[in-house]
Amino acid sequence: MIKIEGLCKNYGKLKAIKEIYLELNGGKIYALMGPNGSGKTTMLKCILGLIKPEKGKIIVNGEDIQYNFLYRDNIGYMPQTAHFPENLKVKEVISIIKEIRGEEKAIDFELYDSFKINEILDKTISSLSQGTKQRLSGALTFMFGSKIIILDEPTAGLDPFSANHMRDKILKEKKNGKLILFTTHIINEIEELAENLIFILEGKIHLELDLNKSGQQHRKFQLSKYLPGVFKGYEGN
Amino acid sequence: MKEIKILKYIMNDFKRNKWIIIYTIFLFLISSGLIYSSKDFNKSIASILNVTLIIIPLVSTLFTALHYYNSIEFLQMLLTQPIKRATIFRAEFYGIAFSLSSAYLIGIMLPVFIQGVNITSILLAITGVILTIIFTSISLFIAISIDEKIKGMGILFFSWLFFSVLFDGLIILIYFLFNNYPLEKVTIILTMLNPVDIGRIIILMKLDLSAMLGYNGAVFMKFFGSTFGIVLCFAVCTTWILIPSYLALRKFNRKNF
Repeated sequence: MIKIEGLCKNYGKLKAIKEIYLELNGGKIYALMGPNGSGKTTMLKCILGLIKPEKGKIIVNGEDIQYNFLYRDNIGYMPQTAHFPENLKVKEVISIIKEIRGEEKAIDFELYDSFKINEILDKTISSLSQGTKQRLSGALTFMFGSKIIILDEPTAGLDPFSANHMRDKILKEKKNGKLILFTTHIINEIEELAENLIFILEGKIHLELDLNKSGQQHRKFQLSKYLPGVFKGYEGN
Repeated sequence: MKEIKILKYIMNDFKRNKWIIIYTIFLFLISSGLIYSSKDFNKSIASILNVTLIIIPLVSTLFTALHYYNSIEFLQMLLTQPIKRATIFRAEFYGIAFSLSSAYLIGIMLPVFIQGVNITSILLAITGVILTIIFTSISLFIAISIDEKIKGMGILFFSWLFFSVLFDGLIILIYFLFNNYPLEKVTIILTMLNPVDIGRIIILMKLDLSAMLGYNGAVFMKFFGSTFGIVLCFAVCTTWILIPSYLALRKFNRKNF
């Protein structure tokens, strides 16, 4: 569903992303991991068209995204920190996005309900706590049945209960054939959710693992032992 | 269609914006004050013009940039939705320009039109709206180019100071240094480079207050005559809208959010 070919992005002299090649398919969960500043968020933002890459192609559902904007209809995105206009009410934000995405679309209320968004509908965004904003952002990401779900540290600002709801939802949507790509720093989360691990180091893909191949038992054992080693190797450089 | 929808949200935002309302009331007080304090209608128009030429660029510049910086979050939210970047940009641009122009038309022009509608007051209305749009697009370009709010606001304030105050001083300096040379053509070109000056000339050419035209205006009028002069001024104004707004759109399309 998503194909990335030779993606490069520089911020001035800093090379944030150096030639990434990647192919992601539906019905799978991909975990994107890497130290801070390794280019995870930049890569996600490139897929969304928020950041314009210097070089390379990104193909979503067979369409080059460079001069395209309708492909975003198939993408639900939850940023690291939620951005909403401060002076609007929660219900206004929801209705704006609903109108843009198309009124006729079936709405998925599952996460909306478990995050109890209907209790905050009349509050303004500025009165919400950061965690509540994250919950709203998460609920909106799944609401419109997008085929591709991109989550930037989805559980980072959430309380343990909400984080559990989020993880359950991710697993459920995977079964519905969706492509889920998320970043995280929590190894347990990868073990619980992901089948594919992409490890980014300094803007390059350092390692791609198919966790299913090694089998359930072996997988847990391997990850928590293996990953710290990768980090150490990185720090040693 | 989506453009209209987004425009609607931005307009809703403006209806709640207290600064636009304060600005309108402020303009209204100035305008009616100046009209009722003088018996000569043309003289009050000239006074209103002078106030307009200082306030409109200042408020348009600062308000546009502030609104852009404050609505970055809204724009970011929209950018992750299936909407074209150009659509979002246009909605923001039209929204600001429309709100500021309405504030001007209601605040300044309503008292004037109550007093009398003639060619000069209509020209004053058009000039004010054009100046508003020009400074909105310049401001949007600078605000989009500079991510840091404080730095952006500083540069915008300086650009207002440049067009409204420093530019005239610069021209006088040039005359002073090069007064041995024929400067008519240079003057005309320099005048075109300042939208505030063009605005002033448009009105004063019709007002018969040649003393207020200044050197630039006098040369301009002598060179082109009033009718052709006004047409030319409007053409230059259009360029002053098109170029900055095109640059702003280009910047917006290529920006990393």
